[in-house]
Amino acid sequence: MHRTGELYGQFETLEQQKESAALGMWIFLVTEVLFFGGLFLTYTINRHAFGTAFGVGSNTLDIRLGGGNTVVLILSSLTMAMAVWSAQIGKKQLVSIFLIATLALGSVFLGVKVVEYKQKFDHHLIPGYGFDIRYHSELPAPMDNPVEIAAEKEELEKAFAVDPDINAHAQLYFSLYFGMTGLHALHMIVGAGLLIWLIRGSFHGRFTPQYNTPVEIVGLYWHFVDIVWIYLFPLLYLIDRHR
Amino acid sequence: MSDTPTPDHQLPRTHYLNATYGSGTRSWLLTTDHKRIALLYLGSVTVFFFIGGVFATMIRIHLLTPGGALVTPETYNKLFTMHGVAMIFFFLIPSIPAVLGNFLIPLMIGAKDLAFPKINLLSWYIYIVGGCFVLYSFGTGGLDTGWTFYTPLSSVYSNSAVTPAVIGIFINGFSSILTGLNFIVTIHTMRAPGMTWFRLPLFVWAHYATSLVMILGTPVIAITLLLAGLERMFHLGFFNPALGGDPILFQHLFWFYSHPAVYIMVLPAMGVVSEIIPTFARKPIFGYSFIAGSSIAIAVIGFLVWAHHMFVTGESTYAALTFSFLSYLVAIPSAVKVFNWTSTLYKGSISWDPPMIYALGFIGLFVIGGLTGLSLACLGLDIHIHDTYFVVAHFHYIMVGGAVMGFVGALHFWWPKITGRLYPETLSRAAAVTLFVGFNLTFFPQFILGYLGMPRRYHTYPPEFQVLNVLSTAGASILALGYLIPMAYLAWSMRYGRVAGPNPWPATGLEWKTASPPPTENFDVTPEVTWEPYDFQNRPDLGLAAGAPSLAPAHSDD
Repeated sequence: MHRTGELYGQFETLEQQKESAALGMWIFLVTEVLFFGGLFLTYTINRHAFGTAFGVGSNTLDIRLGGGNTVVLILSSLTMAMAVWSAQIGKKQLVSIFLIATLALGSVFLGVKVVEYKQKFDHHLIPGYGFDIRYHSELPAPMDNPVEIAAEKEELEKAFAVDPDINAHAQLYFSLYFGMTGLHALHMIVGAGLLIWLIRGSFHGRFTPQYNTPVEIVGLYWHFVDIVWIYLFPLLYLIDRHR
Repeated sequence: MSDTPTPDHQLPRTHYLNATYGSGTRSWLLTTDHKRIALLYLGSVTVFFFIGGVFATMIRIHLLTPGGALVTPETYNKLFTMHGVAMIFFFLIPSIPAVLGNFLIPLMIGAKDLAFPKINLLSWYIYIVGGCFVLYSFGTGGLDTGWTFYTPLSSVYSNSAVTPAVIGIFINGFSSILTGLNFIVTIHTMRAPGMTWFRLPLFVWAHYATSLVMILGTPVIAITLLLAGLERMFHLGFFNPALGGDPILFQHLFWFYSHPAVYIMVLPAMGVVSEIIPTFARKPIFGYSFIAGSSIAIAVIGFLVWAHHMFVTGESTYAALTFSFLSYLVAIPSAVKVFNWTSTLYKGSISWDPPMIYALGFIGLFVIGGLTGLSLACLGLDIHIHDTYFVVAHFHYIMVGGAVMGFVGALHFWWPKITGRLYPETLSRAAAVTLFVGFNLTFFPQFILGYLGMPRRYHTYPPEFQVLNVLSTAGASILALGYLIPMAYLAWSMRYGRVAGPNPWPATGLEWKTASPPPTENFDVTPEVTWEPYDFQNRPDLGLAAGAPSLAPAHSDD
């Protein structure tokens, strides 16, 4: 199909093209909801069955890192919305600036996620044969706060009294933690790729008030990925948190 | 092929098949033309049909004797698994939508292409990559979990090549999602002037419903198989009872897709039948809006019945009752279609062209498949026939008798449009009858076997079941012939068949208004639709004498 300017050959008008692209992205997001839906269902059922283990799991996460990341991601949604708005009113330089800001905030989020994952590896909290929920409290690192370690030990003893199989059930929590946050991070990486593509286009001044469909539909995608995190954060970090 | 001799036609000088854009292979592998992509799909699903067919042949040969004639028990497990995986995920799901839907939807609604031609090509490549993973699994020892991949067998205990197969099916899911997305957007935004929703051909309605199932169901099987795969690869524990995970949850998630997936297979075939019946009865379809609406109803209700696959898992009685009731409900829109097709035939001017024989065959087989489905949805009876050959026979009546009959019938109906040429008439009638007879001989004995208690997926059986098994195997050899003959003469006709002309039957759809084969851009000028669907009377352009006794009025109630 031949392309005339920004109009692809299969379409009659730019409006038809834009309507199709937006509808396509919305439908894609519907499929994403169902994709994540399977995970959320698995989470819900297991949280209901193994509340104690999941509470213990939640407590191992660092709320400062997770909370900070939530703020970073919400800010990135703001800058993304600003980029769409700038494109609509024809401020070409602002489009580039806001897209770069969005990419930067997204990268910060992914960087923090790497730090959090590293911590879980260090604490033997990766599901599999090496998994040991007591590892961290029994072999703490020298810089760990002894008061916190003592509290952790006490909490684990209580939890074992309630649920003797907690070492198995906590693996379910971490399976879900890595499954859900990993899949979310994968979506962030795809989003970052799309942002880089948009930034290239914006450097060429491609986005105008007449034609800004790519910015708009990548914006939809980016907001969706943020919203997923808005659900993940309370489910994984906040419920049953008592430290 | 109508009673009156048709004038000699010429192939158009340039059409989508010979239009040159770049060198030969390149112009096919990098094409964004929906018609060429449809043919790419046709080639690749045929390959998988052959692979699945070879496994089926080996299964039937093995079951010739009570002790098993051909392979070891382990190999037998792999054969039926690979048969299912190849046929369901790589042949049946993409067969009608990705081949004929792809080819026809833009033509039927008067568009130049699908809304996203590049995504359309991408979906074919995704299919190929997924297919390669699955073929790798087959080639490195195969897998033995059954096509259902039940955990923890698939995720922990099986020693066969499960991982590449799971990855392949996961990847292939995105091909299906993108196809469905493309269809929905295209049907919403790309219709020609005058092509209102209720002037859409019923084939398009059926594909709209199918696409809904594809976009809502496929992501769930994708995440489910991903979780099972992660469990296998990285010892995560979602479905592993050793860690407290729940294997029943896997079954729920699996069937949440895999039951509606049956409708991905059969709804497009119903759309095909809805096109063929009025064409060869020379009569507008009876109850257009009911057939259109019943497609959507099947897609919606189809999502609410999945746990009828799990009546013996110990699920709660109340859940079982609900799912049983909802399963009965699906029969209503399905029966609406069957009754409307039959009413269309009533007082029609019926001609026995090959596509019509396939369509009528579809109706008969679908009725048997559908009614035996009701037996299986019955809670008490299901305990008796669960996991027996009764189930095998039932779903083959729907998937092969329904979906594959529809697919082959559709190929015969639109072959003149796709290639511009006709195929030998008598031979194709004979092939249609062979297929019908072979199918029934293969699968009807399996109903009896199942009712008598022969379990599915066993490599041996008691000697008293041998007669029926031999009958079934004999039928399978006739069935194979019923597939091979059309393959041979359709391939032959591409070069030597009589030139068809734009509308050989004649039929009323927009796709018949353009040349056969169509030009790359489908229509020379964007068509404007001013007629109601399936109206033969007010269409002088069809070349039928107006007011002739064979023509029924457009909106008759008789």
